[in-house]
Amino acid sequence: MTVTDPAPDAAAAELQEQFDAVIARHDRVEPRDWMPEKYRATLVRQIAQHAHSEIIGMQPEGNWITRAPSLRRKATLLAKVQDEAGHGLYLYSAAETLGASRGELTEKLISGKQKYSSIFNYPTLSYADVGTIGWLVDGAAICNQVPLCRTSYGPYGRSMIRICKEESFHQRQGYELLMTMMRGTDEQRAMVQESVDRFWWPALMMFGPPDADSPNTAQSMAWGIKRDTNDDLRQKFVDMSVPQAERLGVTLPDPDLRWNAERGAHDFGQPDWDEFMAVVKGGGPCNAERIAHRKRAHDDGAWVREAASAFAAKGA
Amino acid sequence: MTDDHDSVYDGLLGEDDSHWAFGTSFEDPLAGVDTTIPDGADPATLATYCLMLGDDALVYSHRLSQWASNAPDLEDDIALANTALDLLGQARLLLARAAAADPSAVPAMPEGSPVPAEDSLAFFRDEPAFRNLRFVEPENGDFAVTIARLLVFSTYRLALLERLASSSDPVLSAIAAKGVKEVAYHRTYAGRWFVTLAQGTPESRRRLEAALPLVWRHHDELFATHPVEADAAAQGVGVDPAGLAGEVGAVLDQVLATAGVERPEVPSAGPVAGGRGRDGRHTEHLSRLLAEMQSVARAHPRGQW
Ligand SMILES: [Fe+2]
Ligand SMILES: [Fe+2]
Repeated sequence: MTVTDPAPDAAAAELQEQFDAVIARHDRVEPRDWMPEKYRATLVRQIAQHAHSEIIGMQPEGNWITRAPSLRRKATLLAKVQDEAGHGLYLYSAAETLGASRGELTEKLISGKQKYSSIFNYPTLSYADVGTIGWLVDGAAICNQVPLCRTSYGPYGRSMIRICKEESFHQRQGYELLMTMMRGTDEQRAMVQESVDRFWWPALMMFGPPDADSPNTAQSMAWGIKRDTNDDLRQKFVDMSVPQAERLGVTLPDPDLRWNAERGAHDFGQPDWDEFMAVVKGGGPCNAERIAHRKRAHDDGAWVREAASAFAAKGA
Repeated sequence: MTDDHDSVYDGLLGEDDSHWAFGTSFEDPLAGVDTTIPDGADPATLATYCLMLGDDALVYSHRLSQWASNAPDLEDDIALANTALDLLGQARLLLARAAAADPSAVPAMPEGSPVPAEDSLAFFRDEPAFRNLRFVEPENGDFAVTIARLLVFSTYRLALLERLASSSDPVLSAIAAKGVKEVAYHRTYAGRWFVTLAQGTPESRRRLEAALPLVWRHHDELFATHPVEADAAAQGVGVDPAGLAGEVGAVLDQVLATAGVERPEVPSAGPVAGGRGRDGRHTEHLSRLLAEMQSVARAHPRGQW
């Protein structure tokens, strides 16, 4: 059990000191260690949001499993969607070590009390989207998540190490699908470009609002939960994606995108942050569908989960 | 530690392909395998027989894949996707075996089309050319229907693959030996849930009992020997499914007894103009399934994926 009760002043101060020392040493905080209540709450919120993103993220690509145009792609796509379920599982388990159960967090997702990555509120409109999501969305997720492998909370960091390895497979597979399509017909090349046009800006939004508008970043960084700012990660992603787009033969839809030799980095335009805020608030193209799908699956499965608990109780 | 984890950023543009989970280009699943037809076997019979078993796996895999993001819990989402992936793997090998045995079984593609044989067979054959059992075609229904169907199918297929492992065709024999391990797991998974649902809550038992007649309507077709299956068995490459009925029945009776559920007494779904799934006469479900499955591939007959 994690100790959270307020201890007498002296003892509390000592616990806080020990915790601060762990953070300062960049060591891991483990489930049995004392931690400040706000640290725990912040972690639960972040891990839950991450877990929900994995689970909701199964839907846009899952949309194409039954229409995958080759048996090999069907296997790759199904395996990827399955991996995302596995990621959700690890992350809900990490949240469980902080006292938040999977069932409770799922209720919060369905009721809209907890969020998931807004990228999944965009629709998948062609098979090229499977490749683009792998390349750009898994790619952005990697940029966000690689630093989390060093996050201060042990179970979260360890899940992230495993997840990041698989995300990098997804990114490679997505990029490879796009590469193959670019070697195909004119229609396929047009499909790839059209897909990249739709996903580029939402992918940049995955890093969150500009640092100036991101009030929680400073505290999360101080606690070692977060390791880089939104803008730093966004820059890293753009710099990584530009040569990949060139190799692929697609144009990124940003007229302001250019190499800045002085900074040794690319200058680029800003996503439409009004659109971002609208999507976060529920006004994206697919918010209602994504939650309705999750709610339906969860509700439809309730009798099965009840049966499993009842059966287990009988055996006990 | 930093360097170690940052390395996942790198290498997307590198030339080392060894990290790609599913390869970087199409690979014949039978690459490097000797596909010579065994003595005494007729290539057309072997090919059609492979299509029968391959189409069962392909169609059923497609159905099970529809559980992705829809299962009652994450563990079951993962298990059902695994089952679908195993069957898809079997389908690919069997379709490739069919194409290697008798290239004339593969639909003709436009000049210069890069579509490989397994995909021509999966995406460019019309419904009457599909040889799967009607058993695997219906929509999933609820979790109880899915579990009941998976229990019967995996019990049947396990018995079949165990015998097929001694096929005189070394390719089929190897496919079967690999499949046995996979399908044994599918049967265990289904059997465990079957008993759980039967004895869980009144609601789960009610649903399971409602599921059984739906599934059993197509049960007898599993054991109805088609002339091609009889020929394949006589030639030593295949298995006569009629010979599986006793063993499959015994296993199913054991699970039913453990669950405390009666074997349903329902009339079997009859033939259509004398034909069943193995003859290319299907339920109304298959044409919709294929329309969806084949839509993107058919829109791009010269496409590369
Ligand atoms: Fe993931
Ligand atoms: Fe992923």
